[in-house]
Amino acid sequence: MKNTKRKYLKFTLLLGLIFAVSVSCEREVSDEVDFARFTNSPDVYIDGFSGGLEYLPFGGSKLDAFSVDGEVKYKGTNSMRFDVPNFGDPGGSFAGAIFPDYGGRDLSGYDALTFWAKATKAATINEIGFGQDFGENKYLVTKNNLRISTTWTKYVIPIPDPSKLTAENGMFWYAEGPENGDGYTFWIDELKYEKLGTVAQPRPAIFGGEDLEAEAFIGIEGLIPREGLTQTFNLASGINETVIAAPSYFTFSSSNVDVVRVSELGVLSPVGLGSTEITATLGGVKAEGSALLQVSGGFEFAPVPTRNAADVISIFSDAYTNVPVDNYNGFFGGQTTIGGAIEIIEGVENIIVYENLNFVATSFTNPTVDASGMTFLHVDIRTEETIDSGDSIILELIDFGPDSAFGGGDDTGGGITFTSGDLESGTWISLDIPLENFTNNTGGGLGGFANGAKANVAQVVFASGGISTIFVDNIYFYSE
Amino acid sequence: MKKKLIPQWYSASEWRTLSIIKGFLLSTLFITTFGCAVDDTQTVTNFTQLTMQDEFDTDGAPNSNIWGYDIGNGPNEDGWGNQELQYYTDRPENVTINNGVMIITAREESFQGSEYTSARLLTKDKFSQTYGRFEARIRVPYGQGMWPAFWMLGVQDSPSEIWPFIGEIDIMEMRGQDPTKLIGSVHGPGYSGGEAISKEYVFQNDRLDTGFHIYGIEWGPDYVNHYVDDVLYNQITPEDLPEGAEWVFDNDFYILINVAVGGTFVGSPNTETVFPQTMLVDYVRVYEYNGLN
Repeated sequence: MKNTKRKYLKFTLLLGLIFAVSVSCEREVSDEVDFARFTNSPDVYIDGFSGGLEYLPFGGSKLDAFSVDGEVKYKGTNSMRFDVPNFGDPGGSFAGAIFPDYGGRDLSGYDALTFWAKATKAATINEIGFGQDFGENKYLVTKNNLRISTTWTKYVIPIPDPSKLTAENGMFWYAEGPENGDGYTFWIDELKYEKLGTVAQPRPAIFGGEDLEAEAFIGIEGLIPREGLTQTFNLASGINETVIAAPSYFTFSSSNVDVVRVSELGVLSPVGLGSTEITATLGGVKAEGSALLQVSGGFEFAPVPTRNAADVISIFSDAYTNVPVDNYNGFFGGQTTIGGAIEIIEGVENIIVYENLNFVATSFTNPTVDASGMTFLHVDIRTEETIDSGDSIILELIDFGPDSAFGGGDDTGGGITFTSGDLESGTWISLDIPLENFTNNTGGGLGGFANGAKANVAQVVFASGGISTIFVDNIYFYSE
Repeated sequence: MKKKLIPQWYSASEWRTLSIIKGFLLSTLFITTFGCAVDDTQTVTNFTQLTMQDEFDTDGAPNSNIWGYDIGNGPNEDGWGNQELQYYTDRPENVTINNGVMIITAREESFQGSEYTSARLLTKDKFSQTYGRFEARIRVPYGQGMWPAFWMLGVQDSPSEIWPFIGEIDIMEMRGQDPTKLIGSVHGPGYSGGEAISKEYVFQNDRLDTGFHIYGIEWGPDYVNHYVDDVLYNQITPEDLPEGAEWVFDNDFYILINVAVGGTFVGSPNTETVFPQTMLVDYVRVYEYNGLN
């Protein structure tokens, strides 16, 4: 992947050169203009790579997942064959690649990428589309969960707005993992861009087509969620086909730019107090969905920790060097919690946001933390929700024991509950909890932490009774 | 000049071949034109003397001198014999003229026990004609379960004469889930419903719901020619009927325009169907049969 990145950069450099040349030759005949034009060649893979096409697998993928198959084909002499690995394949955990043409192509005359496909079994390709070039991915298009069957079928991936694609590099890309742990094979043939003339009735959407209301804070930028940016067309088959479209296909607008500005990449920048509505159009069609943003001030961060770093083992804090963390949300079975760590101000302020909280863990198992010399856990928690009398927040610590691994009979755990009287809405609550106070059994049924060794602490768990969204900051152990 | 001559290759399924032959035919045509006067060439329409036209140029309700309404869900409350799901009304929410087009709107709303509303206009007892050219410029709705139509029924000889004996000519109908397929048909005794004499015309690199198209028939003694835009895609003559079946297209017919929702012909709308849906009618024009063709 590094290689290709470099290649992309080289390409931009080249473009710069072309422009420079064009400028210096401004008075030349118009032949020079043609020089900068991109080919409109529609073919991606018919019976071989089209001119300029490259194969670049994703890092971590099975590098040889793609091959040319002369036996199985829809038409002509061969097809593209993709071997999705089994779970645990040492060659790579998934199949995925991009097929760019770094010469660039003018695809503005087409309305869809089409291909014929079949598979060894009915399957669902996780992601497939075009516009991915290991660079900006400016006009990335992703069709999620494409169902394929064991018979050759034609598939149509519509272009959200063809007029944007005058110099596109990303001809085709896909990513697919094992299905229920099992690999399989699928084939693609006659992969090309077409002007079908039947890609119609556009219905773009932002924010998943919903009208949202949200609070924003001065100086804290937000991003319009990529997965909620879609374009839907009705195809000749009568099917409504929805793809995820990159922000650059959209024209965003803010009804009050003195409150929030929105960039062409969908970055929301709150700049003043008041309210504003964020809407968008795609190809002149108003997108369904909007966000009404209220800006009432700046975001109040948790108090900056002042303890001496020598007395601290930090899991998550901008004030200290943190231990390696596996993840801030393990997405365990039975868990409804979404969210995790987010960067609020680049390189300066990070917090954890958990939404729809029932329980969630921040895990640090590589390596586990030796907290045997520590006496307290510090956590800052904040919720904007009204605290009702039955509401509570539970913190748990899990120690994996001498084997440093989950299970094995040596795990210990302990919890402590903070009830409504301990909680307050709209302000940071700083908790300094003696480790021996983690005396309750955990939701997972573990006990023995409070009096245990605490030499292989691996998880901090947050659980909620009645509170949906919490902010978390400055998780660290310290000794006193 | 035989207008009944519909070459065999004017079949929608062989459109690709057709374009080639058409090109060939065109060059032939030029030669022929130079050579002498009129000859055996494909003409889409022949009749040019207007007998009725509605250009829908006055905003508001349609002209009551031309158009009446079917209201409700059918005389037998069976969705007009097709298990259609809409309740027809004459409310502006379902039919109105705006900016030079008549807009029929199919809505998803609970109304008089139905889940959808729409409109069906007809010229019964106001305008009918035997033979001639009947055409309308229409943009159809789309989506699973939408069933727009521009069609005609024969005036009853007596109250006891019922469908299909009165005859039916479908100038344009389509299934919203098949946005590229136009269907033109005739129905009569022994060839009605699923047995109608019918032909599909598939638009190539285009579809019915994205723009206006002209749908029409030219109808004379012993033939009905179906055309769309500048393409004559079918001719039906008594020879196309089942053996012994009666040709019931030699008397006055009136015009109907409607958008049905659901029913046996299209199936019900589903969660993918977008509502409301509109059919736009730019004009309806009728020309008299000139007896020459």
